[in-house]
Amino acid sequence: MSESTSQAPALEVAATGLPGGSAGAGAPPKRNEFIYYGLRNPKLLFGLTLEVLLVLAAIIAPFFANYEPLTTTGLGPQHPGGTFWLGTDLNGYDMYSQLTNGLRESYLIGALGAAFATVVGLVIGFLAGWRGGWLDEILQLVTNVLVMIPSLVLLIVIGSYLTSRSILFEGAFIGLTTWPWVARAVRAQTFSLRSREYVDLARLSGKRPVSIIVKEIAPNMASYLFLVIILLFGSSMLIAASYDFLGLGPSQTVSLGYMMNQAASNSALLYHMWWVFIPPGAVLALMVVALLIANVGLDEVFNPKLREQ
Amino acid sequence: MRRYLTKKIITYVVAFFIGVTVDWALPHFMPGDPIQGMLSKYNVADNAGYQALYAQFQSSYGLNVSLWQQYLNFWHSVLSGDFGQSIFAQGATVSSLIFSAMPYTVALLVPAVLLSYSLGNRLGAAAARRKALDNSVLPLGYVLQALPYPWLALVVVYLFGPVWHLFPTSLGYDQGLIPHFDWTFISSALDHWFLPFLTVFLVSLGGWAIGMRNLVIYELENDSSRYLRALGANERVVRRYAYRNASLPQLSGLALQLGVVIGGNIVTEVAFQYPGLGNLIFKAIGAQDYFLLQGIFIFIVIGVLLANFIIDLVFVSVDPRTRLSMQGAAA
Amino acid sequence: MSVNVDKLSVAYRSHRGDVTAVDNVSFSLADGEIMGLAGESGSGKSTLGNALVYLDPRMKATGGNVTVDGKDLPISDNNAMRHRRMTEVSLVPQYAMSALTPTRKIGKLIHDLLKSHHIKDREAVLTELKRRLELIGLKDDVLSKYSFELSGGMRQRVTIIMSTLLNPSLLVADEVTSALDVSTQRAVGEMLLEFRDRGYIKSAIAITHDLSILAQIADSIAIMYAGRLAERAPTSVIVDNPLHPYTQALLNSLPEVGVRHDQVTLTGIPGRPPSLMNPPAGCRFRDRCPFAFAKCTETPAFEEVRPGHMVACWKVSQEHADTATAGHGQPAAKLPVEEQV
Repeated sequence: MSESTSQAPALEVAATGLPGGSAGAGAPPKRNEFIYYGLRNPKLLFGLTLEVLLVLAAIIAPFFANYEPLTTTGLGPQHPGGTFWLGTDLNGYDMYSQLTNGLRESYLIGALGAAFATVVGLVIGFLAGWRGGWLDEILQLVTNVLVMIPSLVLLIVIGSYLTSRSILFEGAFIGLTTWPWVARAVRAQTFSLRSREYVDLARLSGKRPVSIIVKEIAPNMASYLFLVIILLFGSSMLIAASYDFLGLGPSQTVSLGYMMNQAASNSALLYHMWWVFIPPGAVLALMVVALLIANVGLDEVFNPKLREQ
Repeated sequence: MRRYLTKKIITYVVAFFIGVTVDWALPHFMPGDPIQGMLSKYNVADNAGYQALYAQFQSSYGLNVSLWQQYLNFWHSVLSGDFGQSIFAQGATVSSLIFSAMPYTVALLVPAVLLSYSLGNRLGAAAARRKALDNSVLPLGYVLQALPYPWLALVVVYLFGPVWHLFPTSLGYDQGLIPHFDWTFISSALDHWFLPFLTVFLVSLGGWAIGMRNLVIYELENDSSRYLRALGANERVVRRYAYRNASLPQLSGLALQLGVVIGGNIVTEVAFQYPGLGNLIFKAIGAQDYFLLQGIFIFIVIGVLLANFIIDLVFVSVDPRTRLSMQGAAA
Repeated sequence: MSVNVDKLSVAYRSHRGDVTAVDNVSFSLADGEIMGLAGESGSGKSTLGNALVYLDPRMKATGGNVTVDGKDLPISDNNAMRHRRMTEVSLVPQYAMSALTPTRKIGKLIHDLLKSHHIKDREAVLTELKRRLELIGLKDDVLSKYSFELSGGMRQRVTIIMSTLLNPSLLVADEVTSALDVSTQRAVGEMLLEFRDRGYIKSAIAITHDLSILAQIADSIAIMYAGRLAERAPTSVIVDNPLHPYTQALLNSLPEVGVRHDQVTLTGIPGRPPSLMNPPAGCRFRDRCPFAFAKCTETPAFEEVRPGHMVACWKVSQEHADTATAGHGQPAAKLPVEEQV
């Protein structure tokens, strides 16, 4: 992830505005500038469009399926084409139905994971950055320790002891193992922002801490935080896929990882049934790629230094 | 420097402590009774017999003493390396299973990480200065980074196995061979090693390339690069300095990404049925072999902490600020 | 003339159009002359100075040319300029505090720079380097240190030494004293004078918004406003007898040592500099000038109203045309040049 440090422009070549900062009438407010550059950034547009299309597919496409994902069609394995757009697998399940429902489930888990991670990470990162001192040291210790332990391993260990498996748990646990990324970013930003002049000014003028947090610090942190959350969303989906692939996910829910797990255990590869395992992973890769590219574009929009001429 | 290393070591000790505690605590506080699970395989109809067997299992697994005592016992097993008997592989100790699986995982992980890291860095740096290269490297890097490990593994298995018949796609070596340090075995092992290695290598490569590219671009634009150019340094010198400066945060990033690579490694091993620790975990889950799981977890934690420590040492030797800084460790 | 800038214009692209940061600027420097370039933030002084050494890739020179020692200086041609940088023209940047790369020892850094310039006799240069370090009071173990091991003042001085090591004809010093405490400011100012006197540099342009430093080291001062030159004259003339209303207002807004607030009120200049995206026609100071009149809607010419004294102001040109006596208007304030701060 690129840094968004602020080095004062030595020359008056501040692409964010006119020379000398806000001098002169007609200096554009920051938000308009984001929109201006945002609409012209090819990466952001590409990624966003692709992602929106996929989300739409997740919402709408399942309605076109003829069978429930786990209701057997009664037929054996079928090639794609004809009635079954993506064929069926060895158990006779409709692959199109599984894929489109899997899309939904994966998005859901990704969102859940990202949401949990964001909430926990925000609280912890903010406390650490705002208070400093020994609280910061302790929280940092916890964060660093958790960051080191591989998420998937921890998930496996937790998940294998669970008797009931649900999407909520899975999302929650993924969030609980990935929040350090958010916490780090939030802490760094809080630290850097809390000693800025305008915050000091707000404090001097007697504003209450909550008001300072909401009005001065949060908006400045928002862009960087947004970037981190996007990445987290993507990694949540990938972690969930690996987790489901290992067979630890909810067994009555079809997710993209689950599909791959089934493909492997049913020897779909041996039988050259490529339509069983290639689509789920490919679609997942698309979902993540779109996020990554949109993220880069967004980074460029927020940071003038990364923009190309 | 001393403060930096001390702080790091404290983190590792705490991490180890937390790891061991979590590892021990989880099965005890999760719903479900492992002994019941084990006993269900025995179909004991007689109630008295069931109770006796239950008590027997309890004592042999050390579960009939107080919780605190169990905790201490666990520490004892961790420190002595004795995790008891595996459940699914009757007769084999947990540690023996782990130690026979470990070389395979290490052989897979270490080269994959090192190679993808160094190659990815060079690729990223090259992309940072040449626009044409950037336009192809960047999308490729993102795609690679986005590929789910299990999927790429399955695709690789499919292509090289059933389709092209180029490489063996499962297990660690040809069946019928006994692990020996002779060429037949080693060549067979390498044959089986290559595809899983390729999988882990490819996915990690993308991430490093992109990360390095961004860092180098940032460095090429910063004040020290501008000053060099203002003094007429040729671009090669500027790039060299930028690369050196960018390598430092990239190295920190390596420590952070280890977790992801290990996760990917596990999944890849499972897809290839490669006899490493990842595959062992998979089997342990399937057999509900909690002792095996506990043991593997500890080993992975130790391995990760060790790797982090090594990276820290390298970092100190490479970054003059950490080495010489008089203010001690930075936040 | 050592340096001659003729009708130079520099612009950059922003997302709302081209912005001309330096508009049709002309001036010359004699051998050994230190010229101060002063103005507010956004006046274009930094852009002008930096463009002479390293034109930022995001900017372009849209007109005019520059000659140094009689030879053309191709500021737009990066490749051609590379050999001239550090050898003929050099820069002490505004960001000197972060200009030295943190992962290389100072000595090695200099070594790499010399190699870039294919300097044949590096030994001689190194000996000279050590001599100069000693001259300004730095020990030569500085060469085996990293930049973060040095204090701000030391870094500033090391940057100056580095930038002048190959005896450039023109040194552009961008805000070299802004980040320093007052006593270090004086030391750095004296360092520049010393270097000029010893011939390490031929002429120099000192960019700053701090007029008091210029009073100490500059032979002449040029005042820039909104991308254009407003006035240029020898330092004593600017200090004692400024003609352009902007210069007068600038000097009036400086506090005087020893004078209390209840005796004299500080006056600023009401208003703000105009937007350079769509600058107003004519004189750009018009809206804030107490002497503006009808003619000011035409761009005033930067002309010599007295020997060695150039001004771009219709009022001044008019008076110069009318009479030959000393200027009307507000008397210039006295700068606390001689006092120790």
